[in-house]
Amino acid sequence: MIEVVSSARCIRCDICVRVCPADVFRKDAAGLPVIAHQDDCQTCFLCEIYCPTDALYVAEAADGPIGITESEVEARDLFGVYARGLGWSKGRAGGSQFDTTQHLRVAQV
Amino acid sequence: MTTSPTTPAAAPLDLKADVLVIGGGPAGAWAAIAASEAGARVVLADKGWFGTSGATAPSNTGTWCVPPGEDRRDAVERRWQRTGGVADRTWMLRTVDQSYRGLLRLAEWGYPFPRDDQGNLYIANLRGPDYMRFMRGRVLKAGVTVLDHHPALELLSDGDAVTGAAGIDRRSGADWRVEAGAVILATGGCAFFERTMGASGLTGDGLLMAAEAGAALSGMEFTGKYTLAPHGTTLNKGLPFRWASFHRQDGTPILDGTGEPLVNGIGGTSEKDIVRALLEGPVYARLDLALGALQDWLRRGQPNVMQPYERRGIDPFADLFRVELKPEGTVRGTGGLRIATHDCGTGVPGLYVAGDAASREDVAGAVSGGGAVNSSWAIASGWWAGQGAASHARRRGAPRRFRTHVAPLGAVGLRPSDSHSLDPRDVMAAVRAEVAPLDRNYIRSGAGLAESISRLDGIWARAIQHLGGEGRGRLRPREAAGGLAAARWMLAGALARTESRGMHRRVDHPDPQPGPVRRYSLLGVHRIEVEVLGAEAVSQEAAS
Repeated sequence: MIEVVSSARCIRCDICVRVCPADVFRKDAAGLPVIAHQDDCQTCFLCEIYCPTDALYVAEAADGPIGITESEVEARDLFGVYARGLGWSKGRAGGSQFDTTQHLRVAQV
Repeated sequence: MTTSPTTPAAAPLDLKADVLVIGGGPAGAWAAIAASEAGARVVLADKGWFGTSGATAPSNTGTWCVPPGEDRRDAVERRWQRTGGVADRTWMLRTVDQSYRGLLRLAEWGYPFPRDDQGNLYIANLRGPDYMRFMRGRVLKAGVTVLDHHPALELLSDGDAVTGAAGIDRRSGADWRVEAGAVILATGGCAFFERTMGASGLTGDGLLMAAEAGAALSGMEFTGKYTLAPHGTTLNKGLPFRWASFHRQDGTPILDGTGEPLVNGIGGTSEKDIVRALLEGPVYARLDLALGALQDWLRRGQPNVMQPYERRGIDPFADLFRVELKPEGTVRGTGGLRIATHDCGTGVPGLYVAGDAASREDVAGAVSGGGAVNSSWAIASGWWAGQGAASHARRRGAPRRFRTHVAPLGAVGLRPSDSHSLDPRDVMAAVRAEVAPLDRNYIRSGAGLAESISRLDGIWARAIQHLGGEGRGRLRPREAAGGLAAARWMLAGALARTESRGMHRRVDHPDPQPGPVRRYSLLGVHRIEVEVLGAEAVSQEAAS
């Protein structure tokens, strides 16, 4: 579930607050998104790819936080890892024209 | 237009529309566009944010894509042979046709499809985040009013027809109400509160709302569908496990029924072997059958699936990792609201259904429609429901300014007769205890089903009295009621079908019954009436 909002990376654009399908974030007084309803997070990773500055990190564990820190995410280069895999960049969609799934569909038979 | 994310508290929103679409997955998106193109003023209300909510947005889905031509009937026939005899070839053919038109529309609109080796657009696959973001853009462009974070809680009726819906702004808790000439439920399947991909909002509330208005359900017993996922994650995506081998923690290979090492988690009889192995102890997998280019295709084609491995720092092609089978309720199961008319009407005037909220028996039968058939069904049924609803609204005329008899229909989870003392989390846990375990729901028994029914009937009785909330706290209790109601329909259907067929496996009735294939239609919210429809009734229905 969602575990890290990097205040250093965040530009206070509010996009994550708007697009989270489970309504997990709230803005604090300074305009920084805070994780207000962590247990509602559905671990879909979509907030990460909509974030224009790769400031969010969703850990893979669905049932509870694992306690990963911002410095570990940074050190392991995990900020933006899903966006890079898809070809999304700076919160903008991209890369679907390079989707290789068609080869998997042929190979799976 | 879209609403601001922070509507001031306690400012109720009142809108009028020709067609109200509830739910913003692919079915809702296609329905909204179809209704709008038919000339209707459309409002789309999404529980979450239209573009990221639902099971499709975080996924990568194939479609059932068969171009027009001679081969189409053959493709339908081949698929029908796999549906346990439950599906309907006429519906399958028209679904293939309508969804293909939809995919061509996407290409015309400029959706960035990949190209195949011949340089032609490859339209048979849709990448969820891109697809749903694109559809949001198309729906807004069509002039549809989109209400994000506006879950519907109940339908409105004037006694003759469904005339709208009411819900809350989940940010502020303020009420909203849309009076409409027709309503389309595109609320998705019911995942029974399981943490699978994009499923947390899929709680069965659309099924409950429709049943309160008098709609029937069907196919709810075809819900014994489970998909592999890395343990403790949301990634219930079967495709990579095509290239998996299965082991115990110490690396000992798990053997299949013939004594060979168990491989390919999505093929043939392997699923039953994996279930057996999981009931005995923890199971581990490794994607070591994916060699060469396949590893690259999996990394680049299924980036969502790779996330748990990336984040855990493991190499799934070389390292063992623990897996589990995730129950998928009616999302990859088949059951849902029974379709009564060719344009996806429910039989309740003014109420239409599209996508996974509808029973997919007509197209998927007793087996899972997986991503592919269900994804095509979302496009096709969305389109038909949109047209049907627009046409109904036109016949009915604009919503009258003063509708004196409009009444809300919501009851359980919304208007308890006593206090709010029942915790929705306890209701959800109780539902999961009956419908999630492999030894209760993958393999069913008459005695086990009867026990589950008795326990959930008890909770339903308490919910009538004690399940409810205030302000934005009204959503969870209503979701709990939706999942509880869906579980009771599922169990009732499963008890009634005294045979095994497709995703419905009865240990006390291990074989399909010979003779005509039946369907089980379920009616009622409190007391559930089961109506058996013989093959004759089903085919008459399809022909009408």
